[in-house]
Amino acid sequence: MSFKHKHILGIEQMAKEDIQLILDTADAFKEINKRDIKKVPTLRGKTIINAFFEASTRTRLSFEIAGKRLSADTVNISGSTSSVVKGETLEDTAKNIEAMAPDIIVIRHGHSGAPHYLAERVGCSIVNAGDGAHEHPSQALLDLLTMRDHKGRIEGLEVAIVGDITHSRVARSDIYALTRMGAKVRLCGPGTMLPPGIERLGNVKVFTSMREAIKDADVVMMLRIQLERQSNIMLPSLREYARFYGLNPTNVKLAKPDAIIMHPGPMNRGVEISSLVADGVQNVILDQVENGVAVRMALLYLVSGVESMQTL
Amino acid sequence: MAKILIKGGRVISPAQKIDETCDILIDKGKIAAIGKGLDGKGAEMIDASGKVVTPGLIDIHVHLRDPGLEYKEDIVTGTLSAVTGGFTAVACMPNTKPVNDNQTVTTYIMNKAAKQGHCRVFPIASITKGLDGESMTEMGELKELGVCAVSDDGKPVSNPQLMRRAMEYARPFGITIISHAEDLDLVGSGVMNDGPVATELGLKGIPWVAEDAATAREVMLAEFTGAHLHVAHVSTKGSIEIVRQAKKRGVNVTCEAAPHHFTLTDEAVRGYNTNAKMNPPLRSAEDREAVRQGIADGTVDAIATDHAPHHIDEKNVEFNLAMNGIVGLETALPLTLSLVEDGLIDLPKAVALLTSGPAAVLGLPLGQLKEGDAADLTVIDPGLEWTVDAKKLASKSKNTPFDGWLMKGAALYTIVAGKIAYKRD
Repeated sequence: MSFKHKHILGIEQMAKEDIQLILDTADAFKEINKRDIKKVPTLRGKTIINAFFEASTRTRLSFEIAGKRLSADTVNISGSTSSVVKGETLEDTAKNIEAMAPDIIVIRHGHSGAPHYLAERVGCSIVNAGDGAHEHPSQALLDLLTMRDHKGRIEGLEVAIVGDITHSRVARSDIYALTRMGAKVRLCGPGTMLPPGIERLGNVKVFTSMREAIKDADVVMMLRIQLERQSNIMLPSLREYARFYGLNPTNVKLAKPDAIIMHPGPMNRGVEISSLVADGVQNVILDQVENGVAVRMALLYLVSGVESMQTL
Repeated sequence: MAKILIKGGRVISPAQKIDETCDILIDKGKIAAIGKGLDGKGAEMIDASGKVVTPGLIDIHVHLRDPGLEYKEDIVTGTLSAVTGGFTAVACMPNTKPVNDNQTVTTYIMNKAAKQGHCRVFPIASITKGLDGESMTEMGELKELGVCAVSDDGKPVSNPQLMRRAMEYARPFGITIISHAEDLDLVGSGVMNDGPVATELGLKGIPWVAEDAATAREVMLAEFTGAHLHVAHVSTKGSIEIVRQAKKRGVNVTCEAAPHHFTLTDEAVRGYNTNAKMNPPLRSAEDREAVRQGIADGTVDAIATDHAPHHIDEKNVEFNLAMNGIVGLETALPLTLSLVEDGLIDLPKAVALLTSGPAAVLGLPLGQLKEGDAADLTVIDPGLEWTVDAKKLASKSKNTPFDGWLMKGAALYTIVAGKIAYKRD
């Protein structure tokens, strides 16, 4: 089957078949990452701009490595070095980038909707690497790939997502992706971090008790408390947060014995996740990071419209 | 000045309970006669058969951006937009540069409007100097000069003690306090209505309680002080109910509703449409219905546009960064008439909401059709269908969420003081 999307703006626009194709394609790319010479000529001659208007280490690195392993020319620009600080509008920045004829712009932006804004104004493909509190599609896809690797399926899984749902683009993309693939999503967080109407995004149940939310779950995903974004009126203290919404060796036992523990990173050890759990046998956190490269290779490959994978 | 005879129209003047087919003769800028079979010798004839003739429409909430922000709008283009929409009088908010908090700015606005404006302009002065929320303007003097009310509009007075004192001070002068009722702490950094759509789009929400809590405070202060409070652009179910109950108790409170709030919901924001960004924001379907019910049962005294022109560069940006507000003068009439089409109100009630209603709110000597009065009239074709083309708006700015909408109803003639200020081609 073929991939019909020019842009990757979010999971919301994706059908089950799209997600399936991306995951299968990523599976095929995984092997490249294990070779001695980790490079294939698939995207030779393609130019990919990683435009990160918001700080990121993992995602930016992952997209850059993904592009390079496919032989694309990848160029990075970041918020602090871009002309945005000189007062240029996003449209003008994008038009200038476009004038240099890239094939794909990968964008991370602090404002929800920025990738959609660009997609309406430039001719090349746009890949959303996280926009505000809206979506983070590549993260959701690597989450699903990791679940599939460990559980053999996604359909029917009970997935608990715990933390600051309000500000989480990861949660939104995961909800869409998991629901499309037939998993059940449980959300849990403090009352200040559960946004209104979140249950309308998909097959979602909202819990205020962490114990209930993770009971018999197949997957427990802990979201990062964004210390840099919280004002003190959202939470009394990180100490209390850890007590009611942190994953620790005691409450982790409520999940299924073979449950996997996930985290999109970067972790705040001792806050949303204790080190014993983060480093425990159930954690698949680094598998997520590893799969991130393969998933992003798949996304870049699929949106670039290259016809075949023979060059692999 | 030429004589004009408006012949055979359905003349509606709700304040006088007039609703009949007759002629109106205009001479020397005034209404010379209202009656059947009037002699139009020497007069320019307007055949109004099948049309509706009303007192000139009045919009008590517009931003003309003049002085200081003329790249968005000025008194000439803003009043041209007004007459194009059928309005013969507008009241303009004080958030200009500099702020209309002193007699120099007030005088500038009144002089420029008198010399170059296409319709009547009634300036609204600010409650506090420089909209700083800290000290009162010389509102007694400003009232003498001709300001019709005071308001800090988009920068609502947050200090309740100051608002109390402003009301106490304004009352003996007969000055109306217009409040953009919003608790700014509850608004926080919200950019659209709080609710499922905001959650989905990952945009920060402005909850209804930000408006309700502030409306309740203003109403209680008005009740305490006895001042006349006018609540601007009521957009929530709760605020409508608060005003409704206050009126029952006899509080001196009036309110207005904006066409976008009784027409659209926050669904319009989808796609990060910055022309659906305004303050107060587009609300839920339930809120919209409550505003409509408030219009139907008389809780709402006037329809006002909150005409807020912004340059394309201020809207063609990320949603979070876009300015709040839309232009409204040229779409208000058909959107109000759609309430008649929907069976919510009858035509005289719709006319009242755009004429005698707003005139009464601000105590303006307008909104009626009396022999001897200045001839401010609007000839309306309620059945005329037309499509909004943002590019063709008379306003300097084009920020409308109604671009491409099919509208029904338009002003054919807008007559200000006996002069045809606008004639539809």
